Amino acid sequence: MTTRLRAIGWVLLVALAAVFPLWAGNYPVKLLQEILIWGIFAMSLDLLMGYAGMVSFGHSAFFGIGGYVAALALPKSAGLASALVLPAAAAALAAVVIGFFSIRVSGVYFIMLTLAFSQMFYAVAFQSSWLGAEDGIVGVPRPALLGRSLDQPLAFNVYLLGLIVLVTVLLHRIVRSPFGHVLRGIHDNEARMQAVGYAVNRYKLLAFVIGGTVAGLAGALYSQFVGSISPDAFLWTTSGEALLMVIIGGTGTLTGSLLGAAAFILLQSLVSSYTERWMLILGLTFVLLVLFAPGGILGALRGRVGLRS
Amino acid sequence: MPLVPDLFAQALNGLAYGVLLFLLSVGLTLIFGMLDVVNLAHGSYYMLGAYAGLTVIAASGSFWLALVLAPLAVALIGAVVERACLRPLYRRGALDQVLLTFGLIYVFEDLVKWIWGGRIRSIPTPALFAGSVTVWGATIPSYRLFVIAFGLAVAVALWAVIEKTRLGAIIRAGVFDSEMTAGLGIDIQRVFTGVFAFGAGLAGLSGVIAGPIQSAYPPMGASILVPALIVVVVGGLGSLKGSLAGSLIIGQAETFGKAWLPGASMLIIYVVMALVLLLRPQGLFGRPLK
Repeated sequence: MTTRLRAIGWVLLVALAAVFPLWAGNYPVKLLQEILIWGIFAMSLDLLMGYAGMVSFGHSAFFGIGGYVAALALPKSAGLASALVLPAAAAALAAVVIGFFSIRVSGVYFIMLTLAFSQMFYAVAFQSSWLGAEDGIVGVPRPALLGRSLDQPLAFNVYLLGLIVLVTVLLHRIVRSPFGHVLRGIHDNEARMQAVGYAVNRYKLLAFVIGGTVAGLAGALYSQFVGSISPDAFLWTTSGEALLMVIIGGTGTLTGSLLGAAAFILLQSLVSSYTERWMLILGLTFVLLVLFAPGGILGALRGRVGLRS
Repeated sequence: MPLVPDLFAQALNGLAYGVLLFLLSVGLTLIFGMLDVVNLAHGSYYMLGAYAGLTVIAASGSFWLALVLAPLAVALIGAVVERACLRPLYRRGALDQVLLTFGLIYVFEDLVKWIWGGRIRSIPTPALFAGSVTVWGATIPSYRLFVIAFGLAVAVALWAVIEKTRLGAIIRAGVFDSEMTAGLGIDIQRVFTGVFAFGAGLAGLSGVIAGPIQSAYPPMGASILVPALIVVVVGGLGSLKGSLAGSLIIGQAETFGKAWLPGASMLIIYVVMALVLLLRPQGLFGRPLK
């Protein structure tokens, strides 16, 4: 497929998705918007996992912070500053602090530390009355853009799509930049990159902060989408679900994470309409994927294509 | 309550909780040390222990039988999981194993909901320890004292096995360098399965013991995992001494936090963790990080 064809395909896809609310019912639109938001979250995790090799079980910390900051700021002012800028900035700040502690270690130790940090935010949110304690914050208004409120499904849909395109393009540019190549080098052989003279920790921290910032954005969108945010957003299992999306799609592919988010959410809505045993199926999917298809959907597809050519 | 008896009662509560954490974290730290796996499903074995105990008690009426049978059943499940799911992944590295154990949390939790239902179920306190005793003006449920004594006995027995027997020497060698141990003619795969099953069994034991104090409910596994992981981080990965010290510290911190700082009680253990990491990144008894 040539680049031009591919670009046309993407533009068509985005345009179709943007006008989806014109002809689809309420529920499918909700599913699409959920996929878009989780897609952003999963992509931000894939930047850490698939490129820098940092498997974080604490990514929900940034998702939750973004969600809470948007929920606190939006009732005061409905502009983009409260909807996106402040939440992303707060998440970035948290990522600097958590990253400072966590990137000094790697592997399983990194997993445990990031997990513990995200649970710490859960504890704070759960016990702070000004954050609504265990109920969280309800009644989060949608933002207004250029004087127009995004209450309508179509307007909110276009807003989400605009953001996801922006994030996807940005992340793609990042992983293809020299910076992205250094990250992959660190993933492959950290000691060698260190020896060659790269300040490995600085690169890892920057990647961690970029990933955290984008995750904060996703969290902010989530609280605007649902209209509320609760401490559960911080739960480490939220990070685990995002990890599953990345793995379903294939790590280190970015767009795969979007596919993974779509597969996860569609499967969830499909399975839960037939049976209450969604968690069991989710868990088994996870186990089977890890055992038999570590490359995810895109990995499997690419394997096929590779065999053919 | 006057200050001294209150302090004393809190300290004993903290000790009982610390003992539960120790039984959990010992398995976690041994499995990590040897198999290089952070077993995120470790809390699930705790939950399975509590529910298996419930079933044994319902069938036989004996808490003591449950205390023996439930951990054995959980150990068996652990052995099957290690053989069927983890073993194929050893060559692929630690990450895939961690992810797999994460999937297992959902499987086990939903299975428990399926079999036992999602309600909170209480496990009756054994009749022998149903009362309470008064020590230094503080009223202590005697079951708590049993938990403390039992946990400390397990700790001593573990120490004896690991430090004084041939099996213990093999386990220590495996934690230090499993490849080298295999090179000495030890069937390391069998040791792996054994250690994993043993760790799972201890977690199950912890679940049975916790039953009369905390009841059984499906998400109990996922929620106990976090304090257990913090114990391991504080104590140092792969260190038994660390797991004991970490458990006792976190047990006290959590209990006193609940009593004295109810508004921020959940935060205390993270503060302890952050402090330890700042001063000793490898944990209290961990090997220095490379």
